[in-house]
Amino acid sequence: MKIILNIWRQKNPSSPGKLVRYVLPSVSEHMSFLEMLDVLNEDLMQKGDDPVTFEHDCREGICGSCGIMIDGVAHGPLPGTTVCQLHMRHFKDGDELVLEPWRAKAFPVLKDLMVDRSAFDRIIQAGGYISVNTGSAPDANAIPVPKPDAERAMDAAACIGCGACVAACPNASASLFTAAKVSHLGLLPQGQPERPQRVISMVNSMNAELFGSCTNIGECEAVCPKRIPIETIALMHRDYLKACWSFRPESTASQGAG
Amino acid sequence: MRVARLYDSTVGKKAVMAATGVLLFGFVITHLLGNLQFYLGPEALNAYGRNLRHLGALLWAARLGLLAAVLLHISAAVQLWRLNKQARPSHYEKLTAAGSSYASRTMMWSGPILALFIGYHLYHLTLGAHLLHDADGFPLVYQNVVAGFSDPLASGLYIVAMSFLGMHLMHGIWSMFQSIGWNHPKYTPLIKRIAVLTAALIVAGNISIPVAVLLFHQ
Amino acid sequence: MRLESKTPSGPIEQRWDRAKFDMKLVNPANKRKYTVIVVGTGLAGGSAAATLAELGYNVLNFTFHDSPRRAHSIAAQGGINAAKNYQNDGDSIYRLFYDTVKGGDFRARESNVYRLAQISVDIIDQCVAQGVPFAREYGGVLANRSFGGAQVSRTFYARGQTGQQLLLGAYSALERQVAAGRVKMFPRTEMLDLIVINGRARGIVTRNVVTGKIETFLADAVVLGTGGYGNVFYLSTNAKLSNCTAIWRAYKRGATLANPCFTQIHPTCIPVSGEYQSKLTLMSESLRNDGRIWVPLDKSDKRSPDQIPESHRDYFLERRYPSFGNLVPRDVASRAAKAVCDEGRGVGETGLGVYLDFADAIKRLGAPVIRERYGNLFEMYERITGEDPYKVPMRIFPAIHYTMGGLWVDYELMSNIPGLFVIGEANFSDHGANRLGASALMQGLADGYFVIPYTMGNYLANSNLEKVDSSHQSCREAIEHVTTTNNRLLSIKGKRTVDSFHRELGKLLWDHCGMARNPDGLNKALQRIPELRDEFWRNVNVLGENEEVNQALEKAGRVADFLEFGELMCLDALERNESCGGHFREDWRTPEGEAMRDDVNFTHVAAWEHQGPGKKPLRHAEPLNFEYVHPTQRSYK
Repeated sequence: MKIILNIWRQKNPSSPGKLVRYVLPSVSEHMSFLEMLDVLNEDLMQKGDDPVTFEHDCREGICGSCGIMIDGVAHGPLPGTTVCQLHMRHFKDGDELVLEPWRAKAFPVLKDLMVDRSAFDRIIQAGGYISVNTGSAPDANAIPVPKPDAERAMDAAACIGCGACVAACPNASASLFTAAKVSHLGLLPQGQPERPQRVISMVNSMNAELFGSCTNIGECEAVCPKRIPIETIALMHRDYLKACWSFRPESTASQGAG
Repeated sequence: MRVARLYDSTVGKKAVMAATGVLLFGFVITHLLGNLQFYLGPEALNAYGRNLRHLGALLWAARLGLLAAVLLHISAAVQLWRLNKQARPSHYEKLTAAGSSYASRTMMWSGPILALFIGYHLYHLTLGAHLLHDADGFPLVYQNVVAGFSDPLASGLYIVAMSFLGMHLMHGIWSMFQSIGWNHPKYTPLIKRIAVLTAALIVAGNISIPVAVLLFHQ
Repeated sequence: MRLESKTPSGPIEQRWDRAKFDMKLVNPANKRKYTVIVVGTGLAGGSAAATLAELGYNVLNFTFHDSPRRAHSIAAQGGINAAKNYQNDGDSIYRLFYDTVKGGDFRARESNVYRLAQISVDIIDQCVAQGVPFAREYGGVLANRSFGGAQVSRTFYARGQTGQQLLLGAYSALERQVAAGRVKMFPRTEMLDLIVINGRARGIVTRNVVTGKIETFLADAVVLGTGGYGNVFYLSTNAKLSNCTAIWRAYKRGATLANPCFTQIHPTCIPVSGEYQSKLTLMSESLRNDGRIWVPLDKSDKRSPDQIPESHRDYFLERRYPSFGNLVPRDVASRAAKAVCDEGRGVGETGLGVYLDFADAIKRLGAPVIRERYGNLFEMYERITGEDPYKVPMRIFPAIHYTMGGLWVDYELMSNIPGLFVIGEANFSDHGANRLGASALMQGLADGYFVIPYTMGNYLANSNLEKVDSSHQSCREAIEHVTTTNNRLLSIKGKRTVDSFHRELGKLLWDHCGMARNPDGLNKALQRIPELRDEFWRNVNVLGENEEVNQALEKAGRVADFLEFGELMCLDALERNESCGGHFREDWRTPEGEAMRDDVNFTHVAAWEHQGPGKKPLRHAEPLNFEYVHPTQRSYK
């Protein structure tokens, strides 16, 4: 089938970009979207043109590297699916599509469809962990975890950090990403000791990275390839409000002696 | 101090919007209940207006409270709106909604429109020099309503404004819960349905008055 | 060169404890004076970097990805083994050890494997404490399943995303150390060479994939956790960017490479659909717990699977291996599938596929149970193929999945270059000739969390390391080498794309050094690969410049290494005159067609030493002794 792509081409972060039109005359319906871009790139290189830069790696929908806006929808039209798992059978012969990078202040474009998502790592650095040094863990079965809690934690932990939530949000909010981690750890008994401090640090970090605010509209949930629900955002809100209210400044009394 | 720190964050600002939203929603309900006394006739409605005025200090407390809520609601909204603009400096060539409602995406339109409408509404039915008063100086609410809504243009404006109020509430009512962290797979769908229903009832109740005036009081 | 394995002696249960006690410790106050480079952020690299930093070392951690969380460990689906015996079904450290040695077809060091089994229990504790949401029973305790050939339930799992959850656990520990300032993270920075000064590994040369900047980083030791080389076959279940460059450049700097021909084929992958295919997708092996594998009895039977009655089906694994059935180890299952396809009984358009059928399981357990167990896998299958496995049987075919070979390391996970440690899939150590399911995650984390922190201290405490800086001759030479290689790639401006070379190499290796090998084919490959390599350096087309994001240049460097690596792999396969584990030689099989080892001549590790360009590498043998698990022919009948 024939597919027409209007792809955002931008040489580097400082130069302006623009949409460039490419016509792909024979696309197989069994190809994945990225395989179609591979074919386009092979073609461009044969002609001596700069291939389209896009990020990808596992091509199984789990590493979170890939992500493009396809016709204005993050990861394209199939719900619960990353671009690498989107197959061309979901498109029609003659479709004309617009491909753009994620756009957000916190995700500057590096080249073409590739953006810098390191802000996500910094949000995790702010508190997206349980402070337990290697070797100091009790037996794995020492603390029972109710199955429903483990399942809910797993639902949230499924986040692949692709950034589609930010891309789709009109406010470029990272609430779903942050909330997924806050919920994952907050729902497990192991995550309780640091729960208040974690949510405060992570929310503050999310704000400091200049992501926008959540207006509860649900675009993020709709495009999330792992279908993480905005219920997690509510949990983050609740934890944050509770933590702000009850948070005590650290005691300045010195600890122990000698 | 704590409140200030809370307000610093986007989550805190949304919580403030939710809390003030609750107050404003309460006002909208109360206002509607007051309005519906129109159907009890001139005596009842005018008496209700007089009684409100007799509340004195309490009325002023309520007015100031509402004013504070409105100002907080607006200032938080404006601040978030600015943050959100900064968060996406370059726009998509094409952006398609994948899962959000029209009402939820247009809160930043329906909100300011309602603010303008409130100004007009205060002039039109509360403060304007054209309003009729009785011998004791109390407003003749019923007569003012009938006079005001006899103008199809004014009635039309109210009807449009109420549709915006409906949209604002459709998203706002359930959004309040989400902002303060109440979301549950069992109750949230119910809350969303109740939000739509409540918004529709409020719109219908409020719109019914100008419609009634236009139809039956010409 | 003598390859000193440094395996401790004494009763096997006490070896690791004794080794730990014998190791020298670095004084806590002195640890911050040492800097360690860790390349890779997967289960091995990430856990090593985090743990070394927790101990107090300064860690420089490198990944070519945009974030440490993208490492390919993330894609592991099935689970992680541990000898917890929570199920009370007769598991023990000794049994896990025994299964792993036997599963590896007696080509791994007993001491290493025993240590791995011992450490396995600590890994689970650590991961749970980090918040890894493993599957639970209703009582709140951890759930287990049996996996890929094991007769006990010792596999811990987090749905079909165990690798993801374990990696995110290691990643969170790592980011915690980044926040604490003890790990300095270098994302989008690819290692392109190893710096060896006075015989010791002291640093690396890297290229920043965004700016193109080539620079050196120096340290007191270098740890490579850079994964396997499965992508030498072009089509594999590895992530597209996985490559052998780090270990290959280390090899060319003098590290020996062990058993490169030990590659693992995974029996349950989605078959190839066309020329444009960029990678193969694995379906977790756990599917074989409930799915039944079959092909039509008659090769002319082209009916749709639901039209083929029981009597016309050949459940070939159940037929050939009645006691293990569909759960035979990966290599056995893969070869059996290949055999029926070679007979012309394969299914699907290409004839390269067999059915994996859940109809019976759905009948027995009901669709909801199957959905709970495999829902996300079924979804993935449907997304890729457009077929619903609840209704029609899946089609699967074997694909390259894991590489047991890698850089040679001693018991302390140090290569023959002092100061160069190699962990995870990048080393050759624990799986012998074949890895058991759910053991890769176990080994990666064991190496990173629980082995390297001890052995690194021992190395540093025992070494007198002089101060070095980037003006050293070796640094300048290494930078020069990387720069010239890149410039050369950019200046060829030929006619063929990098991928076309890679695809051709992959096909060649799959045909001659894939699931089944023979001397003729291997010799053919050994003749063709140098030709292909020559053509590559004359005719490859790499556009753009070094000083920009240039994915074609990155790829070209990796494929250039694969073009050399593939040759060594074939050479190793040719010289190992036996069949064992993932290495199946058609000229070495029993009368029934099963793999046949040659324990007299090949009970050893083959470690290859680079002799310079154009020269045949030198083959060293490290003998293996089996004191506890005595070599027998693996039988799954």
